[in-house]
Amino acid sequence: MKSAMSKRKLKDTCGASAECISQVQKILRERFCHRPSATGKLFGIEFQYRHLLELLKRTTLHGESNSALIVGPRGSGKTTLLNHVLKDLREMKQVRGNLLEVHLNGLLQTSDKVALKEITRQLQLENVVGDKVFGSFAETLAFLLEALRKGDRTSSCPVLFVLDEFDLFVHHKNQTLLYNLFDISQSAQTPVTIIGLTCRQDILELLEKRVKSRFSHRQIYLMNSFDFKQYIKIFKEQLSLPAEFPDEPFAQKWNDNIQHLSEDKIVQDVLQNLFHHTKDLRSLYFLLMLAVSAVTVHHPLLTAADLQEASRQHSTDSKANIVHGLSVLEICLIIAMKHLNDVYDGEPFNFQMVYNEFQKFIQRKAHSMYNFEKPVVMKAFEHLLQLELVKPLERPSARAQREYLLMRLLLDNTQIMDALQVYPNCPTDVKQWAASSLSWL
Amino acid sequence: MNTRQQSKLIYSWYGKPMSSDRKLRTTQYKGIIITSESSRTETCIQLGDFILVEGVNADRPYVAQLLDLYEDGAQHKRAVVQWFCHIGEIPQNKRKLLKREISSQEVFFDQVLGYDTDIDAQTIIKSIMVIPLHPGEELPITLNKEQTFYVKQSWDGKCFKALSPDTFSKLKAKKKKGSTPDSSEPFIPSDILTPLKKETESVVQSATKPKNAESKHSVSKSSLAKERQSQRAVNDIKTPTARKKLELSSPTRSKGRLLGSEVLDLLDDDRDAIAPLESAATKRKVTFTSDILGSPPKIPCSNDKSKSVSDTAEPCQRFSDTIRLSPYPKAKDFSEKAKNLHVEDDIISLVGHQKPGTQSPVLTPRSRRTCAQRTSALIAQHISVLNQEDDLSSSDSSYSSSSEEEEEEEDVPCTPEKKTKSSRIFSTPKSSSKSSVHTPAKTPKKTPLPGTPKTPRNATPEIPRRSHAAQKPASVLEEARLRLHVSAVPESLPCREEEFQDIYNFVESKLIDGTGGCMYISGVPGTGKTATVHEVIRCLQQAAENDELPPFQLVEINGMKLTDPHQAYVQILELLTGQKVTATHAAVLLAKLFNTPGPKRKTTVLIVDELDLLWTRKQNVMYNLFDWPTQKHSKLIILAIANTMDLPERIMMNRVASRLGLTRMAFQPYTYKQLQHIISSRLKDVKAFEEDAIQLVSRKQYIPRAGGMTARVVIMHSDKMSGFSSVWHNVAALSGDARRCLDICRRATEICEFAEPKRSPEIVGMAHVTEAIDEMFSSPYINAIRNASLHEQIFLKAILAEFRRAGVEEATVQQVYHQHMALCRIEGMQRPTVSEMMAICSRLGASRLLLLEASNKYLHMRVRLNLSQDDVMYALREE
Repeated sequence: MKSAMSKRKLKDTCGASAECISQVQKILRERFCHRPSATGKLFGIEFQYRHLLELLKRTTLHGESNSALIVGPRGSGKTTLLNHVLKDLREMKQVRGNLLEVHLNGLLQTSDKVALKEITRQLQLENVVGDKVFGSFAETLAFLLEALRKGDRTSSCPVLFVLDEFDLFVHHKNQTLLYNLFDISQSAQTPVTIIGLTCRQDILELLEKRVKSRFSHRQIYLMNSFDFKQYIKIFKEQLSLPAEFPDEPFAQKWNDNIQHLSEDKIVQDVLQNLFHHTKDLRSLYFLLMLAVSAVTVHHPLLTAADLQEASRQHSTDSKANIVHGLSVLEICLIIAMKHLNDVYDGEPFNFQMVYNEFQKFIQRKAHSMYNFEKPVVMKAFEHLLQLELVKPLERPSARAQREYLLMRLLLDNTQIMDALQVYPNCPTDVKQWAASSLSWL
Repeated sequence: MNTRQQSKLIYSWYGKPMSSDRKLRTTQYKGIIITSESSRTETCIQLGDFILVEGVNADRPYVAQLLDLYEDGAQHKRAVVQWFCHIGEIPQNKRKLLKREISSQEVFFDQVLGYDTDIDAQTIIKSIMVIPLHPGEELPITLNKEQTFYVKQSWDGKCFKALSPDTFSKLKAKKKKGSTPDSSEPFIPSDILTPLKKETESVVQSATKPKNAESKHSVSKSSLAKERQSQRAVNDIKTPTARKKLELSSPTRSKGRLLGSEVLDLLDDDRDAIAPLESAATKRKVTFTSDILGSPPKIPCSNDKSKSVSDTAEPCQRFSDTIRLSPYPKAKDFSEKAKNLHVEDDIISLVGHQKPGTQSPVLTPRSRRTCAQRTSALIAQHISVLNQEDDLSSSDSSYSSSSEEEEEEEDVPCTPEKKTKSSRIFSTPKSSSKSSVHTPAKTPKKTPLPGTPKTPRNATPEIPRRSHAAQKPASVLEEARLRLHVSAVPESLPCREEEFQDIYNFVESKLIDGTGGCMYISGVPGTGKTATVHEVIRCLQQAAENDELPPFQLVEINGMKLTDPHQAYVQILELLTGQKVTATHAAVLLAKLFNTPGPKRKTTVLIVDELDLLWTRKQNVMYNLFDWPTQKHSKLIILAIANTMDLPERIMMNRVASRLGLTRMAFQPYTYKQLQHIISSRLKDVKAFEEDAIQLVSRKQYIPRAGGMTARVVIMHSDKMSGFSSVWHNVAALSGDARRCLDICRRATEICEFAEPKRSPEIVGMAHVTEAIDEMFSSPYINAIRNASLHEQIFLKAILAEFRRAGVEEATVQQVYHQHMALCRIEGMQRPTVSEMMAICSRLGASRLLLLEASNKYLHMRVRLNLSQDDVMYALREE
């Protein structure tokens, strides 16, 4: 049925050219990949947007110092929000050239020393020659504080500090940087606004009490607080082609198709499933990316089946995938380990125990399974170790014999059973053995 | 530098005691001889001389006039001085009163009371020149920046005044007296005449051959060094000084006094003559001042040792050469007396003076050094000049060419020169200034010049100006917001009157007594510790300006603003003296500063904020800080601020805590009434808040102490939105913190503005405040859980179920996964794969709803909740 449908579609849209398709791929992929850019749309965070815009406007227009944290789980649009606000702010007439921006990232500026140098560099203060900042850590700090102290509310250019991965700055020694930044924001010096971006909800508890007292406690929460209807809408908007698409009839057709898809029961189920797992829009984009990749000249329009396939890929279990590629011997070892786990209630085991368990099975079902030598079994076991399906409790030492090293299985029973279901040409005895350790009775 | 040098100097009295006081057991002297051991040279300084005195900053010695010398009962050599002060010693805010640029050569007649004028004679470095000028006059240009100072005005701690005629004449008289030769009669003419020829020589040189710069420089470098070796080189620059050299060799005073008035007149004349130079000089001044930055006066001193030997030897040789080649056979007689250089020089020139001759063109000093013949030729030439122009009335050239200090040893520049030579004189400063420009480039020591790119020390940091003017607050709410900003400086600090008074009294009493002491101030953040201390200092400064208190110097450091506890020394020293040195060196200098009695030292008030950050393992920073005030001469008052009340007991060693003393003060958190008062006083007449709203804010910020049940009820009552434990969360977050309180109010005005942009009577009500508080202090967890995806919520439920099953508040992912699947079966949902589960788990872990182990354990990773089970249940139930 699937092929019939696609054939019909092919007939309908044989007009769609290769350039057209590559254009579609380009537009959509850019949309899904470059998320933090300010070009996309904002979903469900209009209130936060207005709050942040007001805050930064007051900094630039009135020279009011502020500090705020943007808190939200990963992929909730913190950076996007900030970029949007900054873009709109830069377009305002009164603001242009009236705001200095300093962008720091906790993953890059791993210590206050590095951060201070970066700040001095970005502010282009006088001790910067070329791209290098001169002076020791203490000098740079004193220099920067002096520079900021000299300014006042009405005459100095406001400085915006954006601290991405704010929670990592908290771990710097004494929180010197944060203390000083917040202290400036709370004293009559150069107007500064400090915006921190973090995904940790407990961020305030990490601040030292003096630092915390100087922080203004403004927090902007991004919670992905949309429901499924809005989710569908986002899905539709993200897949729709823009009005300025060169091939207008194709864009029309594409958009109509997307409209249909969004009302399709299968598509809605797929989306609902994803929505139940995560509200993170990045996961949605990842799913759509997989689906859009299926679009070719011969298959120019997206179908529900594409989405279903993408969803299946998206949600497959990684470890179960690995199990698919194992040999029967290795499968047998895993089953033996599963039984050991059941018997000893998750206690660690060693190779010898697994081998004994395997021997028991072989002796009973000798006809269905070749009796491997112990070194061969050992080799198979080591392969499992390399695939990290089993993990030693402690690092292997030279003294301990390999057979008696304690191990744990990193697979759940359900994963093993699922994998066996789809394992090709699995001997029936092995399957039975997997289902119950007592199957021989 | 000075310390090192001092060790090699011996101070001895000059002459017999003039008088002695039996009761005080003091004996007075009229001069002191400083003998340098290394070079075996002597410098004699007499009463009335102007001297440099070792100060706080080695680069910037004090200027003073020696008034009295005596030896006290304990056989200590003491000196009584009249101080002059540099511009650097005048408080920044007072400098504006001058309304003009101050050259570093200008000093002020110091009339500030309270400076100790009785100093240890051993702190005298050397003698210098101080010349009084009338207010309108420009400073003459001289090369010898380190040795000549000018005084135009007096400074009495509050304002600048022109020198009173009395003082002026006295200074002049002193100078005159100091510089008048006490020579015996036959020497006088020679003394006056000799310099003329030398002077002319130098003038000619510099006027016509600017290339001399290098050689001049080479001599000038060592000039200061020579000065300390040779007693005659002490007052070298000017006409009168030259005579003084003779005075030393022949210590009868009678004649000198008579001559004094004439000389003074000459001096006045030459100042007038220099006036036309001003325009040309102004440009050059810039180079001079920049020079000063780069070349601290200590540099020449440092050359002392190395140069001394060659320098003393050199003139002798030169001199003998001169004599050998002079046309007069008599001169040969003098060549034997190489030791008494200057006297001989003078005599020779006296002889030479009789010889007529013509003026010959220029010779470089260097060549003179290397080639003796040229020297003699030069001398001959000048003798001829002398003969032609016998006019003693003009000393112009001597003045202007005083820059030619390098000539000091062999030629004594005391030139009564003819006025007709003025054209040459004018060109003199030009060349001399040129040479001064060259100088730094040639002196390796002067490399840290302000312009060099590698040293950003002198760069003035500044944030660029804004391109548009800041908007003025347009509405009542904006005005209120401005006033409520923590940075806004209130006119007074309400509710801290007692603490203010205590600190004020403490510092005031120490200031008046001129002693040192420590005070430890503690209190939780946001209780106004630093603000109160600053307010106290402001009031004290005010009082000091009004002369109600002795002046003091303020130094402030903040432990949080230091990268390392030892940097505290560096910062203190820099704020105190402007020197930038390494931490260890700074510690040494500070210890010396505070442990030894220094002249002219003001009391220092040191504020140490965030004291606990200065903790080191050995606690030497804290130890030193608190040890200094206990020293007798330190005059150091320390106000140490930190958060914990028992900091001394908790982290300090006994010896540190004991030095900190028991003067302590604790700032209690503000009560809600006080907070209310603070907000009201900030808002004053701006009617932006309802009374109730302010009260609510204040109450919310107030930690109920024992028995504060009512406040607790208020908090719980208004916290409808969240569960019980989150209420306690909130209370923990709150404190008697004024910053918090102001921030809430500020946010409330925003919410009010935001909500009703159009309504005219904008006033912040209860609802706005409540919203602001909720927004700022509501626990984010509840909201985060409610907005999580369905499976994330189920996962949390599964964790709860697993906890209940196992009875332990910790579970592995595998266990939770089984619970999760069971819950999914109940709900009739598709069960997630393990990979999806791990993704959910790490997402919850990233936002710290869960605490996770390292993820490489995969299924065996242990999971804990980062909030209480009750909160999770509360958040999940209400859907």
